[in-house]
Amino acid sequence: MVVRGLGTRGRALAPYVLGLAALLAFPPLLGSIPGVAPGYILYLVSLALIYAIVAIGLGVLIGYTGQISLGHAGFFAIGAYTSALLTLRLGVPFVAALVVAASVSAAVGFLLGLPALRLSGPYLAVATLGFGLAIPQLVVWQGSWTGGSSGLHGLPPASLPLGALTIVFRTDGDYYYLAAGVLILLTIFARNVVTSHTGRAFIAIRDSEIAARAMGVDLVRYKTTAFALSALYAGIAGSLYAHVLHGISPEDFTVLLSVDFLTMIVLGGLGSVGGALSGALLLTFLQNALTRLPVVHDFKNLYIVVLGAILILTIAFLPHGLAGVARSLRLRWAARPRDGAPRVDQIVELGEGSGVR
Amino acid sequence: MSPALLDIRGLTMSFGGLVAVDGLDLSVDTGEIVGLIGPNGAGKTTVFNCVSRFYEPDHGTISFKDRDITGARSHEIILLGIARTFQNVELCRSMTTLENLLLGQHVVMRGGLIRDGLRLRGAAADEARATTRADEIIELVGLTGHRDRVVSTLPFRLQKLVELGRALVSRPALLLLDEPTAGADHRESQVLADLIRRMRDRFDLSVLVVEHDMSFVMGLCDRLYVLDFGRRIAAGTPANVRNDPVVIEAYLGEPQRGVSDA
Repeated sequence: MVVRGLGTRGRALAPYVLGLAALLAFPPLLGSIPGVAPGYILYLVSLALIYAIVAIGLGVLIGYTGQISLGHAGFFAIGAYTSALLTLRLGVPFVAALVVAASVSAAVGFLLGLPALRLSGPYLAVATLGFGLAIPQLVVWQGSWTGGSSGLHGLPPASLPLGALTIVFRTDGDYYYLAAGVLILLTIFARNVVTSHTGRAFIAIRDSEIAARAMGVDLVRYKTTAFALSALYAGIAGSLYAHVLHGISPEDFTVLLSVDFLTMIVLGGLGSVGGALSGALLLTFLQNALTRLPVVHDFKNLYIVVLGAILILTIAFLPHGLAGVARSLRLRWAARPRDGAPRVDQIVELGEGSGVR
Repeated sequence: MSPALLDIRGLTMSFGGLVAVDGLDLSVDTGEIVGLIGPNGAGKTTVFNCVSRFYEPDHGTISFKDRDITGARSHEIILLGIARTFQNVELCRSMTTLENLLLGQHVVMRGGLIRDGLRLRGAAADEARATTRADEIIELVGLTGHRDRVVSTLPFRLQKLVELGRALVSRPALLLLDEPTAGADHRESQVLADLIRRMRDRFDLSVLVVEHDMSFVMGLCDRLYVLDFGRRIAAGTPANVRNDPVVIEAYLGEPQRGVSDA
């Protein structure tokens, strides 16, 4: 059924096929480069793919539904801790723990969506910020079973039962394929949602709540759905994160991570699933590259400064983010003069700064 | 005689100390085109906002199809069969004309996150059906050439037409039109009046229209209500209203007053 969703949009298929091919071919290509140890790079890319899952879910909430959240590290933490506690303390299988973690996170997302019905703009930003701040504090406070500030460590390897045989994920390369597989499925799901009946209701809420209500869109239902969906994505990502790192601590889920997520989708372009993906990859690598600069030994928070600069510059100069740049390049290419003058409909298309696609 | 399709009794709504609508009685019968006129600030749009449940009236009841809808919520109104347009246009600006008309069919389409996310059976067929319906209406209101334009790039007059189409596409029994001629010249207003009449005949519609343009309502409506300072000062056929001395004094005969009240 997922495949059918792809097949119905012929032209949109190409980037998916290319992306899939790139994801599959990446580890062998990396291994073939002499002098490069692929393990650490694959670990880093896995992290980026996991952050991309959060970014895509957050993008549905902020970019499509117009509801801000500065607390998504909280959902990420809920997913990570639920999954870690279940597998470590109760011996629950990885897949079952992931499903429970995603459900718990989605349920909390639904609950956080309720105050969002009365709050908007900066007020909602502050409320979600409070949520994001509270979660690591609660983990430390309940240290007797959450591991407190030292965290939870030594998680069993993730495993995936497929009929008779069970795949156990041990190396960084294994986890790379796990993260990539989950990301692909969730990207298709998000893409299907935002281009459907439900997605239209989300966009209607973003564009005009009055119009949405007049057209019969139940704001309670759709706002809480958007919150729950984006929390579900963050919960799944958190669960993967805990297992890729084999352990977690409250320090992994600071407010800075929530700002990271926000910057990823702003940089990538609000209202674009592909933008969220590219923003997540870019920022994860940037953060890693910055910690390798010699200057960083004296200036540990350089990344925060760079993050702020990226946010300001993107909002000022690229309001539609990387996705907007890609779109205008594509349109310019399509409207390039061929056989004389460009076609009229292409000029019209160029003039539209639509945020829907 | 069967009860009216829309029956408003004793509607009162005030903002702070200002009484915007004061004890209004108003009804629309099936198949009627009824006009609601009056100087600026007379309370016409407030009546619309009470019927479409954006405002909570202080007193009075609103019945539709013999059912009290005074307690309904704003998003339930279109499902009951009342669709509306807005004076200053409330479109989804980033969407195309077609997408706005698909949104107009929100309540007649089946949805669901899982169904949409997995593209389960029926979702595509639903979408195709809604698109066919939207294309019919787009042709009817004359927007075929603007079907895939993002609506924020359309001139105001065409945006009003998109809104009209979006209200119509949900197959309502009652259409509430708030100043449909805004942005249109005299000839375009006549075309619009003709369109509204054709829509009424083709879809068994009833229409309640708020309007400033006198010649437009006089030619279009079966009956008129005249509001001034929230009170109903006259009601009847266009011919009767035109000759009512109270109306002439309050509204038609003294254009200066209409201006100073604005």
